[in-house]
Formats: sequence, structure tokens, C-alpha cells
Amino acid sequence: MIIGLDVGGTHTDVVLLDQKGIQREIKVPTLCSDLFSSVLQGIDAVTADVPAAAIKRIVLSTTLTTNAVIQGRIPPVGMVVCAGPGIDPGLFRTNRHYVQVRGAMDHRGREIDAVDPREIRAVAEEFRKEGIRHIGVVGKFSIRNPRHEIQIGELLQADFEKVFLGHRISGSLNFARRIATTYLNAAVYPLHKEFFEAVTRALGAKGLVLPLRLLKADGGNMRLESSLEFPAQTILSGPAASVMGAVAMAAGREDALVMDIGGTTTDIAVLIGAAPVLDPLGITVGAHRTLIRSLDTLSIGVGGDSAVRVEKGCLTVGPDRNGPAIVYGGRTPTPTDALAVLGEIASERRGQAAAGFEPLAAALGVSVTAVAGRVMETACRAMIEAAAGLVAHINSKPVYTVHELLEGYTVQPRSLLVLGGPAPYFARHLEAEGAYPVRVVPRWQVANAIGAALARTTCEVTFFADTQQGKADAPGEHFSQAIPGDYRLEEAEAQALELLRQKALERGANPDFLEMEVVERQVFNMVRGFNTTGRNMRVRAQVKPGLIHGYDDLLAALAADAAHGV
Amino acid sequence: MLRAKHRVGLVFFPAYDWAISPTHPEREERLLYTQDQILEEGLFDIEGIVELKPDLAVLADVQRVHFCVPDVWSVATESHFISAGGARTIGRAVMDRVIDKGFALVRPPGHHAMRVVHGSRGFCNINIEAVMIEHLRRAYGVRRVAVVDTDCHHGDGTQDIYWHDPDTLFISLHQDGRTLYPGSGFPSELGGPNAFGRTLNIPLPPHTGEEGFLHIIRHVVKPILEEFRPELVINSAGQDNHYSDPITHMNFSAQGYAELTSLLNADIAVLEGGYSIESALPYVNLGIVLAMAGLDFSHVREPDYGPERVRQEPGVTDAVKGVGELILTVWRDRQRLRERLLAERNPYRRSRRIYYDTDGISESQEEVVRPCEECGGALKIESNSDRGAHILAIHIPVRACRECREEGRRWFHDANAKRFDQVMLQDRPEDTYLVKKKG
Repeated sequence: MIIGLDVGGTHTDVVLLDQKGIQREIKVPTLCSDLFSSVLQGIDAVTADVPAAAIKRIVLSTTLTTNAVIQGRIPPVGMVVCAGPGIDPGLFRTNRHYVQVRGAMDHRGREIDAVDPREIRAVAEEFRKEGIRHIGVVGKFSIRNPRHEIQIGELLQADFEKVFLGHRISGSLNFARRIATTYLNAAVYPLHKEFFEAVTRALGAKGLVLPLRLLKADGGNMRLESSLEFPAQTILSGPAASVMGAVAMAAGREDALVMDIGGTTTDIAVLIGAAPVLDPLGITVGAHRTLIRSLDTLSIGVGGDSAVRVEKGCLTVGPDRNGPAIVYGGRTPTPTDALAVLGEIASERRGQAAAGFEPLAAALGVSVTAVAGRVMETACRAMIEAAAGLVAHINSKPVYTVHELLEGYTVQPRSLLVLGGPAPYFARHLEAEGAYPVRVVPRWQVANAIGAALARTTCEVTFFADTQQGKADAPGEHFSQAIPGDYRLEEAEAQALELLRQKALERGANPDFLEMEVVERQVFNMVRGFNTTGRNMRVRAQVKPGLIHGYDDLLAALAADAAHGV
Repeated sequence: MLRAKHRVGLVFFPAYDWAISPTHPEREERLLYTQDQILEEGLFDIEGIVELKPDLAVLADVQRVHFCVPDVWSVATESHFISAGGARTIGRAVMDRVIDKGFALVRPPGHHAMRVVHGSRGFCNINIEAVMIEHLRRAYGVRRVAVVDTDCHHGDGTQDIYWHDPDTLFISLHQDGRTLYPGSGFPSELGGPNAFGRTLNIPLPPHTGEEGFLHIIRHVVKPILEEFRPELVINSAGQDNHYSDPITHMNFSAQGYAELTSLLNADIAVLEGGYSIESALPYVNLGIVLAMAGLDFSHVREPDYGPERVRQEPGVTDAVKGVGELILTVWRDRQRLRERLLAERNPYRRSRRIYYDTDGISESQEEVVRPCEECGGALKIESNSDRGAHILAIHIPVRACRECREEGRRWFHDANAKRFDQVMLQDRPEDTYLVKKKG
């Protein structure tokens, strides 16, 4: 059996499932000041009377690292940055202890300026005096040649608890984001390590001795041991859990939209062929733009508890929440109250909700029921428009070949999947907008936990070969190898896939059902003078986000339940 | 977070699947290292810098500018439509005020493509700046435009297209035509009689450095632009004045290009040539974008940059100052010079031979423009190529006066289609393109 657990802002959702079905589903309130007890309570509740040996897999998604970053509860980190020509790296400063040192590489990974070990030792001395224990080292173009980062890392290793190197974090080009991402990894590391070690110990005490898996922002998971090298990949895993829950229910392989409707916000994502669309670069968390691979989601300030007002004769919904809905004891009217007024949500406080809309009805010169109808229209229109905007944004991503520009794939969603607390009540109103047929994801209240439970292990590998320099590199994988002048793209792809396979297994993937794909392949003849002097190849391969093998029956049963209106 | 002072739009289209031939300078690899540098710098993360996806130019855009022989698809590929479309995308975004300025970092280039196109010249088939400008004139009613061509080669195609247009000021800075392709662009080339002084050529001696280029921009180009008062300034931003360029001989640098961009303050930049793809382009393009955005570019230096790279011999400095003085004098005296020209010979008729180096085609042209004080004048070009093509092309300018409209249409009507493969009419006031064919 599998446990899927998703800690949200207000609730922690937990499911226990096996190939036959969902055995248990539970919601417990999240205690923001004590996530540890929220996780433990959730697991306790879902495993009561279940023999520990029956549990084969536990996948957790928490707000631990996200909250730490957003609330700024992070320890001091020492950042060592070497740059070379370009934008002044002083502009990418992430934190107080941010030092620029000598050392530079160019765009092909050729050394422009060497590292000065004396300078690094002086920096180490300085950081140590400040009581810093965690370090990030980032070089410009380090993914083209990680030598400087490695050299600086070796010089610092002995003096600090953990040193994160930029080239290990992501294979994508973007110096500023590499700096921010490395910083975040170093910053959340101690908290993440301490927390999950404690969870592991507590579960061990209950006889649950199995490698914990953590959900990542890209909708895949990784083993706890791997996460210690990349703790920041767990940031913003919550929206990913929900989208993966919808993936479980996406019928067929047509393009679809997903909306996770919450109290304050709605998160929107897009599925192509039952796989979520990824952000090409990475998530933004607080002020940090990162290279953390994530789903391409859009969050808008419209949800079940959004504040409804009339401003300058116009009805507005959100973007803020002003406490709970009136029917739940609040004072500001909300879409939830509108649904109660319309009789679509049963509530004893329907009268209070109606009274709440009276000033608005007066301002607009219509009846209370009409206002309630307009609230749902306004909210749903905003959600549909935002979704259309996200699709347009995905379709307007620039491409760099004539072929892709003329023949490139255009996303055209055929349906809209909704989940989250108010999902079934919004569904009819969303459909009334006329843009898409709407389906409510089965078990919409806990679909996020189901998504976490069934998400597969994901990872990616970036691979470069340069036959002029006679070398192939996958800097993130500690891989560098001499290659002959006649090295071919097919060999580069095969090598990249092999590295990906190893990485996926290390992170906990099932070797029998590994769905790998090459997502980028480019090869360029390098011509100097009038002779071809080499070939420059770039390959990117991934295990794309999706669900683990063996649960098709479970999913079919859930879908059938939903069809019967259970 | 970094924030640009000006909102800058960028179309980046490296056409990774298009080349003139595998080892040609205009090949797939050309913008690869520029892309690496742009991505690593995180340019598109800067608040105010946006990447726009290029639209495709359409047939009508090309036919507003060119007479393609025998037709557009015989001389242009999809990538030309994307490249021209990319420039057009930037132009529209500037006109729509979505951005303050924009840079079309596209290939293939276009500034050697003339009004009549039999094939490829200097790697160019379709003049992407002209396609953009004429689109903007049609769509937004733009009138006065200045094009400043800072490619190392004379922008002879753009010059040809605007030779008779009094509303377009074309200024080209380039390595002296006696030492470099295409061998033209001398100070005496000043535009046709109806647009005299609207073409200005500033040939610079080989090994002109930062000092020389910036002197010309500050003391010659800027004052002339201020006097002309264009609605739009367009920079044909070739990058082959760089000291490391393999096919030219100048001593310019990324710092120099960034400073030039900052001084010129163009609304739109369009990439032209530049073939030092590893040592120059990544840094020059970065410098240009930062300068357009009003951001600090002082750290953008080539790894091998040094004073010796951009040094300018005193003899060169004197020559640069000399040509600058000459152009300023010509600009101030353009009225008197025009009168002298009219008195000396009939400037309304030109005979020319044009060579298409990339495709190895020779063309001969007989051109007649209607004398006109009101507009650019109806224009008639008879063109023969050594491939056997024989056409008559008639152009009525977009702001043509009534007489020129009537004259151009009469020429088209009266032309004996049997004498030519085809007779074409660009009727710009009507925005139509008509063709009469043999038989």
C-alpha cells in the first residue's frame, strides 16, 4: 500500500491506497507552527490498524521549505560567485554574505581567468568568523566547465558542513537563477535535513522503515537521500500534487486544463497528452527566480472565499480573502455565499449570506439572487480568461528553428478538470462560460494526496559534446569524457539516456517501467575559416512527470465512481 | 531584481535549421553562442525586457518593397519570411507602445537586397528593414524614418530602395568601399534628384577604432538626425566592425557597440552582418541589448579586449574627422549641390550593372524617375539578368502626388507585355501589386 500526504496551508490531506482502490482518505487541520505533528498525525490516522509491513511507499509533499523561504526563516549562507564578462554579478546578490572572487569561463567553457586559492582561503576565514556553516559556489558558464566551482568547493569543504555547487543543481543556462537556486538549496538544507530525519525516526519507531519519498515542484518525486543534495526542489510541491491528482483522472491523451480551486486562489495548469506542461526555466519563490524545474502553473486571486465587492459600480471578486465566507461565520460576502444564496450549497446561514449581498444588490440595482449569479459569472469568467491567457502564453513561447515555427505544436485544451474544496460547486458555472466541458476530478478533496502517492520519480540530464575540444560533459552528473572527432549525435543521445537511467534509479525510480525521452537534441557544425572543425551537440533528456505503473485499474474504478456521481 | 530603464522587446530567431551552405558564414551556428550568452546572462529575466515570438511576414509585405524575379518564392525561403516577420513584430510592438524600443536579432540579414531581386547578394535576399518600414507606413501611417546602417559593409540594398524617397533618411557607416564588398557607398552617393541629400554615406578607413566610430555618431549622425526629425530611427545593426571579425578590418568592440547604441538611441535595431560568432557576437549583442534597456554595460568586455585591440592610428583619426566634416558640409549644402547636379546632367535616368555575388547573377538596369517636387516620383525600372530574365517594374511611392500616380499607372497600362517576361506595378497608394505577363 502507498501513503500519499500533502500538507496544505489549512489542511493536511492523506490517502492510503493500493491497486484495488483508495482504502482510506483523511483530512487533518495543518498546524503551521508544527508541521512535524501535522505529518505524523496524518500518517497515524491513515495507518491505524494497518500493519507497518503492508506499507510499501510513502510520498510526502510539504510546505516546509516554501514557508521557510517566504517567511525568511533561513540561516546565513555564504555565497561565492565568480563571473567574467557580462552583467555585473553584484546585481544578482542574494544575501548578505555574497562574495565575488576571481575565476571566469567563457560560453564554451574555456578559462578566461583562473581561480586564486589564496583569495578563496581568505573568504573561508571570513565566513567562518561569521559562523556560517553552509556554502553555495556558483560560476558563470559552470555547466560548460565546472572546474572552477569544483576547485573552490574543494578549498572550502573542510571548513563547512555542506557546500553546494551550482553546476550540480541544474543543467540550464542562467547565471542569476543558478545563483538564486544554489543559495536556496544551501539555505533550506539544515531545516529540511533536520525535519525529515526526525520524520524518518518517528516513522521508524512505528515500524515504518522504508525510504521516504518527497514530491518535487515538477510533479515527480525523489528519495530523501537525493533530496539532501537538492532540498530546494521540494519548494512549491503543493500545486504539483494537485495537478498530478488531475493527471490521474485525465481521460485519454487530449489536451486539458486543470484548475485547483482553493479558498483564496485558483492554480491553473495545462496537460498535453496526460503530462503536465513544465515551466521552461523554473519556479519563482518570493523574490527568487530559480532553475527549480516545475510545472507551468498560474495562480490567480479567485477562490471560494474571495472577497466580493462593488467598486465604482462594478462587481469585483478577489483578489484578496477577508476571512471565511459568511456561511462559515465570516462578514464579507464570497462566491461560497453566492452558491448558498443560489441554493447550490445547503447552509443554515443562507439568510445571513443573502443579507450580506443586500448592500451590493442595492448598489447595482438588482436582486440579491441576481447578484449571486453575477458573482459566480464574474469569478468563473476571470478563471476561464486566466486559463486562456496561460494557454496563449505557452503557445507564444519562442522557438528557434524554421521547422518549429511553421510546424510547431499548438496547445488546444478540449476539457477542463477541476479539483479542490469548492470544485463541484464551481463546475456548472465554469461550464456555463461555454469555453470547455468541465469535469470534476473524482475524490476532488484529496486528489492532491492521490497525486502525490502515484507520482513517479522524475529527473533530467543535460549533456554537451564538443568534438573540436574533444570532450563530452554532463556536469550535473559528474560526467566528463574524451570523445573522438567522429562522435555522433546518436552516441550523445545514448550516453545522455544512460546517465538519465542511472540518475533515475539512484533517485528511486522503478527500473522496469522507466519512461525516458530526449526533449532537446541539437547539433551544429562548427566552422572556422572555411573548414568544419568540429560538431557542437546539446542533448537534454528527462523522465517526464507522470504516474507510476500498475494503478490503471484503480484509476478506472475512480473514474467510474465519478461517472456514477458517487 | 534588475529593472530596465526602457522597455525593450527582443525577437531572437537564430534559424537553427537554415544555412546558405554548410560552411558559409551565414549558417546554423551563427547565433548559437549569442544564445548561450543571452541565456546565461538571464536577459529575459530582467524586468522590462521581453522576448517576442516573430510573426511571419506575408507576401504583401514583400511585394510592397521588392520586385522579385520571377516571383517571391523563387528568391526567398521561409526563413526570410520569419526574419522579415521578426523585424515587423518589433516594429509593431514599438508602434503599439508595448515596448519603448526593440531589437530583431534575426537571420538571414537583408541590407544588400535592392528593390529588384533576382537572387541573393551579400547573403541577402529580402530587405528586412524595408519590409518592416513599409509595413509600418501602411499600418500606422508612419512618414519620416531614418535608417542608420552600422554594418561594416555598405548597405547598398537599403540605399537603393530609398534612393528616391524624400521621407527616408538613409545613413550608412562602413569600411571604405575601395577595400571591401560591395565596393560602393562613397560620399558622392547622395540620393536621386527627388530625394537629394536623403542618402548619406560615411566610408571609414580600415582599422577605425572606438574613437572614430563614436566621433562620427556624436558629431555627424546625431546632429543630422536632430535636424531631420524622424518619427522612427532604425539601426541596421551589423556587428562586423568588430576587431575579431574574419571578413572585415575594423577595430571596434562590444563596449564601442554598446556606447554607439546608447548614443544613437534608435527605436528599432535589426541585426545585419557579423561573422565573428564566438569572439564578438555574444558580447556585442549583450552590449546592445543592455544599452537599449538603459542598463550598465561596463562589464561587457571580450575576454581578449585591450587598448591595443581598439587602437586607432593618428592617420586614421584624421581621415575619419575629414570624412565627417565632408558629410556635414554636404548635408548643409544639399540644396545648392542639388541645383548644381540638375544643371550638369539629367539625373532622372540611371543605367546600372548589379552583381549578385552569392548567387553569381549579373543584372543590368535602366531606371527612370519622374521629376517631381511634390513626392518621390513615379519610378520605372527595366531589368535584364544574365539568366535571361527581362522585366519592367513600376513603382508609385506611397505618398505619390496625383501626377505621379497617374503617370505610373499609365506606364503600366501602356507597357507592351509582349516585350517582357512580366510587367509589375507596385501601386503603393492603393497598396496593390499587379503583374502583366507575356501572352
